[in-house]
Amino acid sequence: MSEERRYFSIPIDVKHGIIDLTHGSGGRATAQLIGQVFGRAFSNPILDEGHDGAFLPKIDGDPVVSCDAHVIRPLFFPGGDIGSLAIAGTVNDVAVCGAKPKYIAACFILEEGFPIQDVERIVNSMARTAREAGVMIVTGDTKVVEKGHGDGIYITTTGFGERYPGIRVSGRNARPGDKILISGTMGDHGMAIMSLREGLSFGTTIESDSAPLNDMVEAVVKACPNVHVLRDPTRGGLATTLNEIAYQSNVGIMLEESAIPVRPDVAQACEFLGLDPLYVANEGKLIVIVPEDEAEAALAAMKSAPHGENAAIVGTVTDTDKGYVQMTTLMGGVRMVDWLNADQLPRIC
Amino acid sequence: MCLAVPGKIVTVSSAEEALADLGGIQKTINVSLIDHPQPGDWVVVHVGFALQKIDEEQAQKTLRELAALGESAACEEPAA
Amino acid sequence: MKYVTEYRNSEQARGIAREIAAAADPAREYRFMEFCGGHTHVLARWGLTDLLPKNVRMIHGPGCPVCVLPIGRIDMAMEVAQKHGAILCTYADTLRVPASGGKSLFKAKAEGADIRMVYSPMDAVKLARENPDREVVFFAIGFETTTPPTAVALDVAKKTGLKNFSVLCSHVLTPAAMEHILLTAPRREGDAPFLDGLVGPAHVSVVIGSEPYAQFARKWKMPVVICGFEPLDMLYTILMLVRQVNEGRHEVENEFTRAVTPEGNRIAIDLMARVFRLRDTFAWRGLGSVPHSALALAPEYAGFDAEARFGLIEHVVPDNKACQCGAILRGEKEPFECKAFGKACTPARPIGACMVSSEGACAAYYSYGRLRK
Repeated sequence: MSEERRYFSIPIDVKHGIIDLTHGSGGRATAQLIGQVFGRAFSNPILDEGHDGAFLPKIDGDPVVSCDAHVIRPLFFPGGDIGSLAIAGTVNDVAVCGAKPKYIAACFILEEGFPIQDVERIVNSMARTAREAGVMIVTGDTKVVEKGHGDGIYITTTGFGERYPGIRVSGRNARPGDKILISGTMGDHGMAIMSLREGLSFGTTIESDSAPLNDMVEAVVKACPNVHVLRDPTRGGLATTLNEIAYQSNVGIMLEESAIPVRPDVAQACEFLGLDPLYVANEGKLIVIVPEDEAEAALAAMKSAPHGENAAIVGTVTDTDKGYVQMTTLMGGVRMVDWLNADQLPRIC
Repeated sequence: MCLAVPGKIVTVSSAEEALADLGGIQKTINVSLIDHPQPGDWVVVHVGFALQKIDEEQAQKTLRELAALGESAACEEPAA
Repeated sequence: MKYVTEYRNSEQARGIAREIAAAADPAREYRFMEFCGGHTHVLARWGLTDLLPKNVRMIHGPGCPVCVLPIGRIDMAMEVAQKHGAILCTYADTLRVPASGGKSLFKAKAEGADIRMVYSPMDAVKLARENPDREVVFFAIGFETTTPPTAVALDVAKKTGLKNFSVLCSHVLTPAAMEHILLTAPRREGDAPFLDGLVGPAHVSVVIGSEPYAQFARKWKMPVVICGFEPLDMLYTILMLVRQVNEGRHEVENEFTRAVTPEGNRIAIDLMARVFRLRDTFAWRGLGSVPHSALALAPEYAGFDAEARFGLIEHVVPDNKACQCGAILRGEKEPFECKAFGKACTPARPIGACMVSSEGACAAYYSYGRLRK
């Protein structure tokens, strides 16, 4: 933006500057922050128009919208940060509607005193993730709250996409006989965060699996026109999402423990804390539920897509014990995979 | 009774502290309860403390017994 | 994972299950109590009861220190944080247990009490060092597995003259609880003993050794097999118990030889004897008063006793009338025989002891097995 030099004689000191209330006032300081930090990273033809809102081109398919608030702590973690998580999360939320994500609107609530260096880091991370996903950040808003009234930074993202024609996915669509697939290892994100948040000193760095999965979704819907359910398991892990689906679809689910991939370091961290990886959060994983005759095609599609190398068929939808998720354990016995009331807590007993 | 995991002592920094590898996770543990902890020793770890050394010979013996039982030719299937 | 994965071999599990089925006499029932909550959890989490013949029944015992922790003692922990402004350090297991007035440490924390989750008693010692102007109290719960670490923490505190650290001691003892179970057990039809054998705790035994169980084997003519923590350990142990019963033996056998010796960990035992003293009596939740079953601080460590430092008094808080935990903890009833189970009492809103901890019989049954009858 060449106008920048005319209006903003002193560039923002990104390295040492901190957010203050002037940045939220809507005046010149706000415009400078938006232009120099946000606009520079997110730059695309729609955003660069510089309006309050964004003029979007006509879309052909049925529109889909999804939104999310991001309040994660810590802000920066192995494998990502609040920014990359925000973009990937909303891209995935749109994608699992059976839609191609295209545009994102992002709002930022910044706390007075938050380092601008960190704002830039987060914003650049969002730009990178948006590029990887092939989506544009087209509009947004920034507010500043007084010190003590925020947690550094909160982000909300709203994603827009268009439905793939002929694809109808829903949590109510699981049917007895369907096969359940997941795109990779379980519990990576939750254990990555756990390692940092409580100051748990794990020597190996467990990385978050946060990643955009829209390419994988596109591969799956192309290979499986009769796909019944798409979901990305986040908080509460695989178990929670499958319980929701079993409940919504009024079906039973039977998982095969030996088929569920878990990274050895995540498994060990879970053992150590007394946690069950099935309930630990993921951020870059996809659940696909398809009729049995499309299972192999779904598996091949997932494996061929980015982040899908460990995809596996892990269970079957049944018409017994409806509303419940059960699992055949490694030992051959059967146990329930219950719907927890709240987060798992580590245990010593 | 309580949750404990096996870990291998990597380095011993004092009579009280050692660095252990718990299946790939490096953790500082307290070894005050162990007699002469040495690097390479396997221990049972509970709430950040090594409670006892693991006897490798006994572990192998138990595994052999389990394997022998596991190959059981007993034809009765457990009642469903 | 060494020392873990090898004990989870599914083919071997099937083989051992076949051995158990072959060994179990179809003309009789075998009732074994797994004392330890951790073992209850192993049975439930792996679905091991599916692998056992119908006439081999596992009865769930009271070895879950959170389940048997009296409500009054959780109230004391809350008082320390809420009324005295101390930092209360606790293992996560106790956080959601409902105490008086349905309040939990978790809720008290939400209301502003400084309650912190720790993974080791040394975390509490560290907090005390880093916050010299605050009182730091460690809520010490657990059986003999967890007691030696508390002893080490107290020893360190004493040696370094840590003035702002104290311990709210609620440690309990396994042999006393076992004795109580056997003493108060009803007889079955035909005057048969209530239990045919005991599965001895894994990690408690690592500390106390296998010797202390000899008294039960002798006095009660009760087979005891000390069992490791992995599914193959459990199946092997059950087989050993079935064989003892069939052969009319009542011995202490050790399946967990890789970590349990007859004398246990002498360093830990001696340290516990130095740092703690026996309480005359202790009111276990669900079991009632059990003599010589719990620990308090020894006179030389009395300065670190939070009860004395803050003038805390334990109030006996009775359990809900509908609660059948007493009978369930003693193994006399199954969770589904309690009218409140799964209805008024669930893991989300536990009424009684057996539901509050994830390894309590009711919680384990509800979470893992309520569809299998």
